[in-house]
Amino acid sequence: MSRTALLILADGRFPSGGHAHSGGVEAAVGAGRVHDIDTLRQFCRGRLHTTGLVAAGLAAAAAAGYDPLLLDAAADARTPSPALRQAARRLGRQLMRASRAAWPSPELEALAEARPRGAHQPIVLGLTARAAGLTALDAAQAAAHESVSGPVSAAIRLLGLDPFDATAVLAGLAADLDQVAGQAGEAAERVPREGCDALPAASAALLDITAEQHAAWPRRLFAT
Amino acid sequence: MHLHQPESSPLRQGGRSGALRIGVGGPVGSGKTATVAALCRQLRDTLSIAVVTNDIYTREDAEALLREAVLPAERITAVETGACPHTAIRDDISANLAAVEDLEDTLGRLDLVLIESGGDNLTATFSKGLVDHQIFVIDVAGGDDVPRKGGPGITTADLLVINKTDLAPYVGSDLETMARDAKAQRGALPVILTSVKAHDGVRPICDWLTERLAEWGTVPA
Repeated sequence: MSRTALLILADGRFPSGGHAHSGGVEAAVGAGRVHDIDTLRQFCRGRLHTTGLVAAGLAAAAAAGYDPLLLDAAADARTPSPALRQAARRLGRQLMRASRAAWPSPELEALAEARPRGAHQPIVLGLTARAAGLTALDAAQAAAHESVSGPVSAAIRLLGLDPFDATAVLAGLAADLDQVAGQAGEAAERVPREGCDALPAASAALLDITAEQHAAWPRRLFAT
Repeated sequence: MHLHQPESSPLRQGGRSGALRIGVGGPVGSGKTATVAALCRQLRDTLSIAVVTNDIYTREDAEALLREAVLPAERITAVETGACPHTAIRDDISANLAAVEDLEDTLGRLDLVLIESGGDNLTATFSKGLVDHQIFVIDVAGGDDVPRKGGPGITTADLLVINKTDLAPYVGSDLETMARDAKAQRGALPVILTSVKAHDGVRPICDWLTERLAEWGTVPA
């Protein structure tokens, strides 16, 4: 494996559309639930252990070579909010464009053909990691990292938070991130025997509800 | 797949076929939406046109175009930019490319796609991966020192439009200074001074665009 490939994939500047998404932080800021560094940290920890864990499991299973279309259906089943399902597919399509350019592979081509409107983003992320020669654990790590790095950079823009303090939130979550990635990687190893049910299905009901509300806001800075 | 097609014409980068894509950028309030609206009115009877907007607050510009009914609603789409409109047109163009593809899927053959940036600063330019040519729109009310200040939009855009020339006497802007400074910054690249909302004000921009369309191989019907 190439550690460089993981750095490229996890870089917030990788051109795959993530910059337009707040991961639910804009809705939480609007409701007053996230208003400073401490509340941002709580938000991120909650998102990491729910949405982040689910994404990491799906990404790890895709990176391990499990059928991406079955995983795509499993991702649908784990995403009750229609707005978030749509966003996940849109982001999957955007990531696919960047991934095909960076690490062309027959498996990415096949998924792009089977899901021209986009597969769920974690599935594309996992398959991209596979194309880049990365491991299932790497894919889980990238998905877990993304589940909190997006909200942190969005919160900096929305609240004018000190960017150093906000980045320290990410650094402080490192052990949690490693643990979530490990848990996701272990679950993915069980998929060949137990099927997709082995993958985490943790849910964050408030994120689902507020995502639906946010999608109806007439004015917002972020797509989700 | 479309990754390695040979170039069919030197103008069509990467072998891309389809509509000519024109970026319209510039600072807030300079007249980007008015320019897009005027171009649509001039060309919609002879060309198949679609518009992509990149608002800071999502659909504001798209709704302005819809209100003025310059094109049917299905021909106008808005990309959300996460508080960074320049990122969506330059650093990470994936959402804009998906929007163009969706328009081509639903509308069939298109001749021209106008991609309007959100109001941004003087450094905001479009990626060549997204547009074939870009127009940068500034206005006289923003100060007659703007061309002298330069920046990538002023110096490198394929066409610089200095808009709202009718306001010059009221805001103390010297048009000759603006034209001279723009020429100094841009060398041979064209500059148009006009007032887009005046009668026939968009005509010189439309003429420039018609030349680009002809180079692309599209001739208005």
